[in-house]
Amino acid sequence: MVVFERPHSLAKVPLHYCPGCTHGIIHRLVAQAIDDLGIEGNAIGVAPVGCAVMAYNYFTCDMIEAAHGRAPAVATGLKRADPSKIIFTYQGDGDLASIGMAETVHAATRNENITVIFVNNAIYGMTGGQMAPTSLPGQVTQTSPYGRDVSMAGYPIKVSEMLSALDGPEFIARVAVNNVKNVKNAQKIIKKAFENQVNGKGFSLVEVVSSCPTNWGKTPSDALKWVEEEMIPYYPLGVYKDKSAEKEGE
Amino acid sequence: MPKVTFDTDSCKGCGLCVEACPKHILAIAKDKINKKGHSPAEMTDQESCIGCAFCATMCPDCVITVEK
Amino acid sequence: MSEKVLMKGNEAIAEAAIRAGCLHYFGYPITPQTELAAYMAKRMPKIEGGVFLQAESEIAAINMVYGVAATGKRVMTSSSSPGVSLKQEGISYIAGSDLPALIVNVQRGGPGLGGIQPSQSDYFQATKGGGHGDYHLIVLTPASVQEMADLTGLAFELADKYRMPAMLLADGTMGQMMEPVELPETKPELIDKPWALTGTGMKREHNIVNSLYLVPEQLEKTNLERYERYKLVEENEVRYESFMMDDAEVCVVAFGIAARVSKNAVVEARKQGIKAGLIRPITVWPFPKKALAKAAETCKAFVSVELSMGQMIEDINLAIKCSKPVSLCNRVGGMIPSPEEVLESIKKAAGGNE
Repeated sequence: MVVFERPHSLAKVPLHYCPGCTHGIIHRLVAQAIDDLGIEGNAIGVAPVGCAVMAYNYFTCDMIEAAHGRAPAVATGLKRADPSKIIFTYQGDGDLASIGMAETVHAATRNENITVIFVNNAIYGMTGGQMAPTSLPGQVTQTSPYGRDVSMAGYPIKVSEMLSALDGPEFIARVAVNNVKNVKNAQKIIKKAFENQVNGKGFSLVEVVSSCPTNWGKTPSDALKWVEEEMIPYYPLGVYKDKSAEKEGE
Repeated sequence: MPKVTFDTDSCKGCGLCVEACPKHILAIAKDKINKKGHSPAEMTDQESCIGCAFCATMCPDCVITVEK
Repeated sequence: MSEKVLMKGNEAIAEAAIRAGCLHYFGYPITPQTELAAYMAKRMPKIEGGVFLQAESEIAAINMVYGVAATGKRVMTSSSSPGVSLKQEGISYIAGSDLPALIVNVQRGGPGLGGIQPSQSDYFQATKGGGHGDYHLIVLTPASVQEMADLTGLAFELADKYRMPAMLLADGTMGQMMEPVELPETKPELIDKPWALTGTGMKREHNIVNSLYLVPEQLEKTNLERYERYKLVEENEVRYESFMMDDAEVCVVAFGIAARVSKNAVVEARKQGIKAGLIRPITVWPFPKKALAKAAETCKAFVSVELSMGQMIEDINLAIKCSKPVSLCNRVGGMIPSPEEVLESIKKAAGGNE
């Protein structure tokens, strides 16, 4: 009996990501959620600009490539055109929290019934390791070579905390994939984010604290240690908003 | 008995499975190179495998299939 | 054809779009086209399947358009010059992904924040790119409220037929003026779109809507294929009006409000014994090159009448291979040339003073 194999919704093609890049794990979790909910034939995914730009090749459902940051707007169009489709975006920290911040906030506040997967690895990977809006104070990147100076560059954006302050969105959660326990929890949360859409509940975003071994200059294992020791304390894991659970509690 | 299969040519030698294995029975085969030019991960002691699938859970490239 | 109603140009576009089967509108308020959005806000929610959404910006709106266009459904956005500048990246993506959609630009004075009065100074932006990369839009230039309605339906038809975005390049006057208009019936013929994102239903391979091709040979191939379609558009879809051109010696070229004014000037010129005529492009892309080249065989001079610093004048010169003098009669900043000013230019051109 097979207890672990590749999900059907993950295309049988080699991933181009760096060795040990957490994109691979997160893609698998998304594909598994799609499989578990039986929505492969109904799903349409929106790929970002970033390392995951070719995500359109990695999922077996219909896919579209969005302009940098605009995935939530593209997803809004897709969902409004046919609400019976399950629409998801897959975005990095530049895409979602820098150039696309307006689209992110407004899709959340409109409670668009879509699922947003936010891969936060505190750096711009594809373009060679520049500072991201989620780069930590003091973090050395190509465009903060002396460490992020908060007096010049400001403080990192805590997306989950920020969006959960809005009345609009249904579900905001932050997970990580740095160890088996967190990966299994991330799986549950990502599935819930899709399930919410299937049940018509509304905007569900999962922020996944991730690593970038190549641009952090670390081995894959050391990069995951840095996630645990430096990133998670700054970006605590948890469910930040769950409107349906709050309603039930009343 | 649990069985773990590696799609060796897809492995990028990242080592996350080796780190995750609670029985410490996986290793990077430093003397081998796959078609991609990486030293792939391999099982060193199948009999001790408990089929927990922690290795497959951490693998970013779906290299590992686990059967029980 | 059905009832005749008195309508504002902006609203005529909106009503015509709905009747053409466009059930999705995304926009943002900007003068002088906000009435279009307001009309859609009232009308769309009353139609089954109708979607009106005021987006957070013109950038978000064009990307929502891109999303709907990818599903094969008819969709549009509208804005005015500064907002259309914001949309350029999105338009390039729509063109590069070979998707049909309608973008309406009700032009105002520029550059920068400019003014809220009419202009035609986005001609270059509309016909020579605007966004990055090699691509074209089908660009239609209405000169009456009736054409605001008619060309809307035509825009959707052509966009679907050639798998490319279309633009209705109106000016503030067209958007604001009220004229009687006969609205089309509500039964558009929609074509099959096997490339659309409709969910695989587990019955087919997945469709991908995309404009990224990292392999240069592939990117070249998609560009060449696209331009084969553009060639067909240039051969088959040129539209223009010819007014008093049979024996014309001075050819006035103008579109939109400039054409309305120019017609008056041409009639007056004829009264004064000058053999003037007007060629009014209804498509500025594809530009009526052949009609102008033919006119250059018999006319001795051309006058380009524009609400800009001279943009269409370059296309006229190209079309006639600079074989005859072309002068510019223009106003900018929201000013509109008067019939007297156009007549003056016609007289100068007739007198061989260029």
